[in-house]
Amino acid sequence: MTRDEALFEFLLRMGDNTLILGHRVSEWCGHSPVLEEDIALANTALDMIGQTQLWLGLAGEVEGKGRTADNLAFLRDAWDFRNVLMVELPNGDFGQTLMRQFLYDAWSFVMTDWLKGSADERIAAIAEKAHKEVTYHLERSGDTVIGLGDGTEESHRRMQAALDYLYPYCGEMFEKDKADELLAEAGIAPDPAELRAEYDDIVGRVLAEATLAIPGGDYVHKGGRNGRMHTEHLGHLLTSMQWLQRAYPGAAW
Amino acid sequence: MKNEWPLWEIFIRGQHGLSHRHVGSLHAPDAEMAVKNARDVYTRRNEGVSIWVVEAKHIAASAPSEKGPLFEPSESKIYRHPTFYDIPDEVGHM
Repeated sequence: MTRDEALFEFLLRMGDNTLILGHRVSEWCGHSPVLEEDIALANTALDMIGQTQLWLGLAGEVEGKGRTADNLAFLRDAWDFRNVLMVELPNGDFGQTLMRQFLYDAWSFVMTDWLKGSADERIAAIAEKAHKEVTYHLERSGDTVIGLGDGTEESHRRMQAALDYLYPYCGEMFEKDKADELLAEAGIAPDPAELRAEYDDIVGRVLAEATLAIPGGDYVHKGGRNGRMHTEHLGHLLTSMQWLQRAYPGAAW
Repeated sequence: MKNEWPLWEIFIRGQHGLSHRHVGSLHAPDAEMAVKNARDVYTRRNEGVSIWVVEAKHIAASAPSEKGPLFEPSESKIYRHPTFYDIPDEVGHM
């Protein structure tokens, strides 16, 4: 594996995470429990789609085969996606959506913070912009997790159920393979495992305040970021996300 | 509805050092979330540099029925607009 091949893989992972989660969050548009949350979630989704354009745009550039961010987003099939499994899971209820957002935001926060100092200036520039957006996302999703976790009996029960369901998906964000090793040696991206301590610190602080208990057990659902095995849900998501470009190739407005 | 979040009045200061201006209202469970919701609802198009939120119940307002005694007396006092005076050019803008 060459450095550029590793870099391409890394950029797909970054861009596919924001693309797939951005799409999931956008599914709430017009359906949120209150107008204010509806607009806030749509803003978050748009921020993530914006980050996707940068990550996948650079991925296409690095690959050097003339593929644009749009090509990569709309013309790949499920097995070519490199997002972690957590972001492709269905939204569940509002609490589960916000719990997932928080568990992802905390990772995205420490990741983009590290990447601001990447040896690759193009990556550092994207991270600089994304980190400001992610800082706000994390503040918002963290506050909501606290509000609902330490809220009514019902909201607490739903948030604990969401955490029990989602927590086993967190570990995949810290998995490491050959591509990660190559980029870590070059100072381009972190060794994913290195981010874990700061992540655990943020997540632990918020969940404690939310009066929620991190479930025991160390089983980790994985197979998304290396493309080995996505969940059945990704295909369904792509079917609706990619439909227009598949049915009307090259359509634009 | 009893379970509804309280109403907040939102004030935004624009880009050019103007004072905070009332832009609308929204619902939020507390002041912190009201600021966040205001950020998302009212500053998406780069409208502001500062946000104030006030819970609507804390605003004391004049009663529409008192319009007469409150505001009509000033209608006949046009001399309070200083438009009758010749201002020397040397004064410049006032």
